[in-house]
Amino acid sequence: MLQSIFFLAVLVGTGWFAWKGYRRIWQNIHLGTPQALSGDTSQRWKNMFLVALGQQKMFKNWLPAVLHLFIYVAFVLTQIELLEIFVDGLSGSHRFFAPYLGGLYTLAISLIEILSVLALVATIIFLARRNILRVPRFHKPEMKGWPFRDANLILLGEIILITGIYCMNGADKVLQTRGLEHYAPTGAFAVSSWLGPALFGSLSDGALIAVERFGWWLHILTVFGFLCYLPYSKHLHILLAFPNTWYARLSPKGQMENMPEVQKEVRIMMGLDQPDPNTPAELPEFGANDVFSLSWLNLLQAYSCTECGRCTAACPANLTGKKLSPRKVMMDVRDRAEEVGLLLESGQQQRDTFADGKSLFDYISPEEIHACTTCNACVEACPVLINPLDIILKLRRHEILTQAAGPGDCLSMFNAIENNGAAWAMSEEREAWRNQD
Amino acid sequence: MPVAKTYAEYQAEGNTPEILFWVGCAGSFDTRAQKITRALCDILNHAGVQFAILGNEERCTGDPARRAGNEFLFQMTALMNIETLNMYGVQKIVTACPHCFNTLKNEYPELGGQYEVIHHTQLLQELIQTGRLKLKEGGSFKGKKITYHDSCYLGRANDVYEAPRALLEALDADLSEMKRSRKNGLCCGAGGAQMWKEDEPGNKRINTERIDEALETNPTAVVANCPFCITMLQDGLKAREKNEQVMVYDLSEMVLNNLG
Repeated sequence: MLQSIFFLAVLVGTGWFAWKGYRRIWQNIHLGTPQALSGDTSQRWKNMFLVALGQQKMFKNWLPAVLHLFIYVAFVLTQIELLEIFVDGLSGSHRFFAPYLGGLYTLAISLIEILSVLALVATIIFLARRNILRVPRFHKPEMKGWPFRDANLILLGEIILITGIYCMNGADKVLQTRGLEHYAPTGAFAVSSWLGPALFGSLSDGALIAVERFGWWLHILTVFGFLCYLPYSKHLHILLAFPNTWYARLSPKGQMENMPEVQKEVRIMMGLDQPDPNTPAELPEFGANDVFSLSWLNLLQAYSCTECGRCTAACPANLTGKKLSPRKVMMDVRDRAEEVGLLLESGQQQRDTFADGKSLFDYISPEEIHACTTCNACVEACPVLINPLDIILKLRRHEILTQAAGPGDCLSMFNAIENNGAAWAMSEEREAWRNQD
Repeated sequence: MPVAKTYAEYQAEGNTPEILFWVGCAGSFDTRAQKITRALCDILNHAGVQFAILGNEERCTGDPARRAGNEFLFQMTALMNIETLNMYGVQKIVTACPHCFNTLKNEYPELGGQYEVIHHTQLLQELIQTGRLKLKEGGSFKGKKITYHDSCYLGRANDVYEAPRALLEALDADLSEMKRSRKNGLCCGAGGAQMWKEDEPGNKRINTERIDEALETNPTAVVANCPFCITMLQDGLKAREKNEQVMVYDLSEMVLNNLG
């Protein structure tokens, strides 16, 4: 009874804290502009099933793909056990599902246990890849400090979760042999049936109950902690990968988003359309310099990024020592969204009059966006269909169209196109080549 | 007779060409790319394809301006091109430039320019498949070790990977792929208006990185499908002092030299 009350209190506390975190993210994503979605909805479902659920794009590199799959499947399967922990926690029952499911229960828990072993192996290898083997993409400048600790914390959390499961199941397996009423036999679990007796076989009933309860609480408290931690970590991709892949652009990667407002202006300028007397004379801002001028999809993608760095590892500019890192672009957009979100939440700023004297250009320098070759390698590399290029191009548009800045070198190309109709200023005629050898 | 007639010249004769050849700025003005332009014209004439160019009426598609961020200039030049193309009633366009290809195919429709747009490697493959173009047996690339560079705007941007490779197979060339190819191909460094600007500070040029990878396959030639890639790859070879030993070809040049 006391345990149930305590469980309920922790549950309510977690729910309240998590609600605040997730609501903030929801609101931050909605700081963005509307995003037109085009294309076939069935293709969107297909993308979500193949890329998010099926992890299709992870398999470009099979080793991390298989290891990641272990953790992913273990995570999904453990939800069954987690559901039971909720029921047991609230009602005071013990292994509530066992009598109803019988052999199926033994099978389910055994599967969870086997996958937990595989997930543990994967987690240890992942820790080694980050900390000992030092895979280069985990050690770029943008990964210094918090992002690096964040990744390690999550991996440590996974080890704690798995430890909890084995304490709980292992001690339980021994208790089941002691003929105690509360611990009815459940059949042999794949791992804890031998791990339990090996580790805890010599303990007294009281100590076993303590270990079992310790494992149970360790597991559920880590889960609750994880839930609260997620909105502050890079690990949101476990949830957001699904909407992110569903909403991902379906048009060819080479196609840049049209700007109908500019098209309209130019058509009027060229005499193709009549000016609308109702439109204000003042031109709006073009491109993006802040989260308010990016689309909500750009922001959703920033929150979906788990900072794996496959984009940056594939970026030709980054590979050749330039400052541009597509991952950093996504991280910067998220950091800025967080900053803006906090100012709004605390009431220091209002959305309609927002002016904190900063913009995305305080995070992302012109040098970075000027280094992009628009090659789409980052877009292709992302396992959850994030498009950093779209953001880079919106920043470039803001630089040129709103700030009248941008790389000086481009001016001669602009002038040539405007005055000569060619990307270079040439004195000869465009068709001169056909009369030469 | 010139190697190519303009759409206006066709109209004056009361004829309509099968296809418009979009030459592009590089194809019109860059000395190296002009060779590709002429090679494609020679092939099309050889195959008896009735093709026209826009000649002096063609303008930059606006790709570099748009990618540099200058949407006003892009819209302006694009709308002017669309006026011209629609005036002639152009239905089908072939181009040897993947940047023009991408812009014409993916970005002009929203501005009122709807055409069937193909890349010259796709047209050449089609001409060979339908028997309008024949390659000689045991041509000059038979068994020659070559490597193929996927341009970003034909490859990743538009998922065209097979047509160029089918041509290489038809030429009997011994293709050995670079580590990064197809979807994972590495950029030559020219895209996104980089062609017109100095590199940002770094420790290597992108084209050198790419040519180093190409050289790892020990090729006699690096084959490409884009005039900008060709410039970049050739510069990379010069930087590595390999431009005497290793050639850079556009697929059209290889086909032209091996017409049956």
